[in-house]
This record gives sequence, structure tokens and C-alpha cells, in this order.
Amino acid sequence: MADQHAISTPAHPSTFTQNPIQRFLIATEVDTRLLGMIGALAIIWIGFNIFSGGLFLTPRNLWNLSVQTASVAVMVTGMVLVIVTRNIDLSVGSILGVVGMVMGVMQTQILPVQLGLGLGHPLIWSLSLLAGLVVGVGIGALQGTIIAYLRVPAFIVTLGGYLVWRGAAWWVTMGRTVAPMDQTFQLIGGGPAGSIGFTWSWIVAAIACVAIVAGLYFGRRQRRRFNFPQRPLWAEASLAILGCGATIGAIWVANAYPWPVRIAENYAKANGIPVPEGGLFISHGIAVPVLIAVGVGVFMTFLTMRTRFGRYVYAMGGNPEAAELAGINTRWVTVKIFMLMGGLCAIAAAISSARLNAATNALGTLDELYVIAAAVIGGTSLAGGVGTIAGALLGAVVMQSLQSGMVLMGLDSPLQSIVVGIVLVFAVWLDTLYRRNKH
Amino acid sequence: MLDASTPLVEMTDISIAFGGIKAVDHASINLHRGEVVGLLGHNGAGKSTLIKILSGAYKRDAGDIRINGEPASISNPRDAKAYGIETIYQQLAVADNVDAAANLFLGRELVTPIGTLDDAAMESRAREVMGRLNPNFRRFKEPVKALSGGQRQSVAIARAILFNARILVMDEPTAALGPQETAQVGELIKQLKSEGIGIFLISHDIHDVFDLADRLVVMKNGQVVGEARTSDVTKDEVLGMIIMGKVPPGAKPGPGAISG
Repeated sequence: MADQHAISTPAHPSTFTQNPIQRFLIATEVDTRLLGMIGALAIIWIGFNIFSGGLFLTPRNLWNLSVQTASVAVMVTGMVLVIVTRNIDLSVGSILGVVGMVMGVMQTQILPVQLGLGLGHPLIWSLSLLAGLVVGVGIGALQGTIIAYLRVPAFIVTLGGYLVWRGAAWWVTMGRTVAPMDQTFQLIGGGPAGSIGFTWSWIVAAIACVAIVAGLYFGRRQRRRFNFPQRPLWAEASLAILGCGATIGAIWVANAYPWPVRIAENYAKANGIPVPEGGLFISHGIAVPVLIAVGVGVFMTFLTMRTRFGRYVYAMGGNPEAAELAGINTRWVTVKIFMLMGGLCAIAAAISSARLNAATNALGTLDELYVIAAAVIGGTSLAGGVGTIAGALLGAVVMQSLQSGMVLMGLDSPLQSIVVGIVLVFAVWLDTLYRRNKH
Repeated sequence: MLDASTPLVEMTDISIAFGGIKAVDHASINLHRGEVVGLLGHNGAGKSTLIKILSGAYKRDAGDIRINGEPASISNPRDAKAYGIETIYQQLAVADNVDAAANLFLGRELVTPIGTLDDAAMESRAREVMGRLNPNFRRFKEPVKALSGGQRQSVAIARAILFNARILVMDEPTAALGPQETAQVGELIKQLKSEGIGIFLISHDIHDVFDLADRLVVMKNGQVVGEARTSDVTKDEVLGMIIMGKVPPGAKPGPGAISG
């Protein structure tokens, strides 16, 4: 076996290739597929920037883009697990709808009126959120149980759920729109108030950079403890610089987008701050929904990479029978995946309804398709077993970039749908080619 | 019974039917410490099904299983593993898209004090065990689907012996292997046997079984045709049992034996 001999040499594989780019990729062990997606995203962004006359790559547009992506981004992290285990969830948009309505009714009717809590009471937003999470997780548990224990295909169960929960969203208020939301709850949706501002954004950046460096350091120490081959030091350093650089860049963009002039003036007046000539510059910083989405992304990455649950999800996706024979309780894992998906839909519902400052029974319509498309563009294979959280999050950003770019270019909305549809098919075809060449 | 001491495994009057077809019909079989029992028969004779009942993949309709003389309740693969029964399946049953270490510890992962996966510790143990089985194995970071048939087989065997199995079930362990790797598996079986592990070896390759097994059990149409010490019968006689259900004088007839 020739391939075995090549690999059995104890030296690091990076010594075999000459091309510096190849050497860099191998030494840093970066996922080339993910790198390709970042490249594609860069092309999309630069392309839109040129065609929209420089409107795309502005702090304002990028900040809005990040907020618009948040809801789908939260849900796509769960969809990855669903698709990896060879299931599908067509009901996420409808779950978002019904949970949004429940949270809306909780904070406008039940808590302030029927339970008599005063407007703005801190229990209102927290209990509403909690109720939404309970409903979301409960719906997920119900669907997951039917899929795992009654053996009804996930496609059918969630197709039924798609209709049931959309209908249920209507039933909550007989179709009436619920507004406005609680003041604190609205912060979840973003906006000038729903952003963490200049200083806190930099604190978050500092924490993220420390986490990146610490992660690399502990990974290296662990490998040294067991005498495994390690990455060369220069590769570790480049990874640290790239990771921290990207973080700092993102924060810098978020901080470069100021509050709108009027809001800044009102804020200054209310707090007795003198307005300098040329207007007051108050940074947005990271929006709360974006912070939530990033937090969910980190948590889900941790869950998939570092816990038994995540390991089982991938093992089940690769070979369900082998997982079962290895003693994994595959049915219970499936139920847990759908519960997680329901919970993530509830978080997405909070973001969407808070951003709209209203709960309508149409909230989340078509979201299931955007979420599935984002997961698939992000490299999740419908055949099961393959997919990463980071890839899916990038997929969500790609989808949203296409849409908001086309809006900036003034394309009609039917044409936008046509382009998004074509891009989806094209992306999956490219991915198929990539995987075929790799093996 | 050929041995006076308590058998490691006793399966008595086991039956299972799939939609009216009796895949296993009142089959009885036992296994002692440090013994290799070859289970022979045509495709569809019921040998894999019988053994899957022992490893918890199927639930029996009737019959008793005793482990070390104690009645055992085995209704899923987790139960079987708790009794020290490890199985290497015909179709290998490895999770293709995770690496060797993940497969070795699948379902029994090592975790750190805070409950996260201890990948480094698992890889270290995996390197140790794989080094014993297949010293050429170096591809610890790749998903198992990128490995050759023999390498995948070593992963499956490593998984079975990693957790100090007392009873090992090998369903066609050499079906996917070349001659050199087959010989390796043979050596391994002898080594495990000398450590006191009882092994069920299922095969339709009669030569393999004759080389390795102490005792043979032949099945046909879901029933046990007969059993014999390997030294008491010839290959031709065993072939006669497999094909025609004819029991030679050196063997003990079972319920599936044809009279005359």
C-alpha cells in the first residue's frame, strides 16, 4: 500500500509540498472548503460593491446585513444537526411564527393586563422569552418523538408541522397582529438602542481574541502531552493573527456605523451632552441579535465538536445502523436534535418579532427554505454525516448578502428569487465537484 | 454438554420469526471460556440472526440466554456490552465519517472532568491499541471511509477488544480482507483465545473455521443440524452437514438433523 508508506513517515506532511500556499494550508490544517466559501463571499461582496456604486461595503450596509442575517443564522445551526442525521425540518418558519405570536401575546396581553404587571416590568420580557422557549422546545420534542419513536419520516412530520404551526400562529389571536413589544424585549431585535456600543464592542473583541489565543495554546499543550504531531509554531501564529484580525476588523466596522443624526441629538438632549459641530458620533457597535447569533454559533460549535451528543449526531449521520449497534440511543438523540431545533426557532422568533416590533401570523414565512438553503450552501450534505456550524453560518451570510445586494442594486423581487434559486443549485453543484475531486 | 464447568454463554431454545418466516427455530448453542466455536451454514441458515440476538441487535421471540450461568436480559446492544459481549459485524458497522479513535470509543467516549470529549486521550489509547493490531496504521485523523478494507477491519476489531470483552462475536471477520490480513486476524483470534476470551466465529469459509475453531455448530434453515469437536470430523463430513443436513458419527445431532 503506497499511500500508507507516505503517511507512516513521522515528519509533518507539510514538508512534502513545495508550493508556499499549499504548505500554509496543510500546516495550519485549515478547512479548504471553508476557505473557498470565504473567497466566494468576498467575490460577492466586491461584485455588489462595484455594481451598486460603492453602497455595499459601507459600515451601514454591513451592519444591517449582520442584523438581517441573525434570525436565519440562529436557526441554521440547528438545521445542520437535523440534516446531518439525514432528517429535514420544513416547519422551522411556522414554529417561528407560532412562537413569535405566543411571546407577543404574553408581553402585550397576559402578563401586563391579565396578571397586572406594570408596563416595562422586568418579568415581562423574561417570562415571555421563557414561554417562547418552552413552546419551541415542546413543539420540537413532539415532532422529534413522532419521527424517532413512531417512525414517521421527518419530511412528512415537519411538512405537517409546517401547516399545523402556521395555522396555530393564526389561532393565537385569530389573525390579529400583536404590537408593540416590551421596551426591553425590543433590544433583542437590534437598532441603535439594541446595540452594545463602542466600549462594550471592544471588550467583546478583546475577550474573543483572548479566547482564540487560549484555544490554540491549550490545543497545542494537549497534543504535546500525548506526543502527537503538532502544527509548526509559525502556523499557530498565523492562525492567531488571522482570527484576531478578522474579529478586530468586524468590530471596527460595527463601531464605524454611527447612530442616525436625529436619534443621536435626542439622546444628547436627554442626557445633557453638548452636540459638537458636524453632529454627534455615537457608534452602534455590535447589535444584540448579532451577538446572540454569534453566541449561538459558538455554543453549537462546542456542542458538535466537544460533546458526546455532537459525536453521536455525526456518527448517526455517517451510518445509522453502526451507531445503533455501538449502543447509541439513536432515537433519543433524534428527539434531542429536534428539541434543540425548536429552541433555536424560539430564539429566532424573539429576534424577528423584536426587530419588527410586532408579532404577525406571517412572521417567518419561507424561512424554512432560507434556512435549508443556507445550510446546504454552507456545505451540509443532504446525504447525511457532513456539515459544520461555521460553514452553515457562512452560508446564511452568503444568502443574505445576495438578497441585500440585489436590493441595493434595485433588482425587482421576482428577479431576486430567481437569482437566489439559481445560486443555490449552482453552489451545490460546485460542492459536488469539490467532493468528487477530493476522493 | 462437552465440558463440565459452567459455560460462558448458554443460548437455549432461541426462536425468532420475521413476518412468518422462522429465521431461527429452537436453536441452542453454548460457549466456554477460551474456546472458539465456529458457526457454519449457508447464507440464510440463520447463523447471523442467532448471533445478533446475543449481541442485542434483534430481540428474540422465545428462549433463554445465560451468561456465566446467570439469566441475562439482552434487549439492545447496550445491554449486551454491559455483559462483556462485543461484536464485529459482517458489514463492519463503523461510522464512516468520523475518525478511527471516534469509532473505537463510539458510545463509550472518554470525557474530561467537565464532561467534554477528551479527544487527545482517546487518540492516545487508539494509537496504543491499533499499534498492537496493525503497526502500520497511521491514519488517525482521517474519516474511516478513507481507509482500506483491512484497515477498517482493524478498527472494528480494535473497538471490540478495547473494552476487555469476555465474549467476542465475529461475523465473517475476514470477508473483506486479503490473504495477509486474514492471517493477521487468525493470529489475533489465537491470542485472544489464550487470554480466556470466548469467541463465536461465524463464517461460510469452512477452511478458516477448521483452522481456528475448537468446536463447530452447523445450522440449516434456522435449526441446528449438529455440533462436533473440530478434531472428530472431516471437512467433507461438515460439508455434508451444511449442504444436506446429514450428521456424521463423530457429531452430536441437533433438532435440524435429517434422520437416516
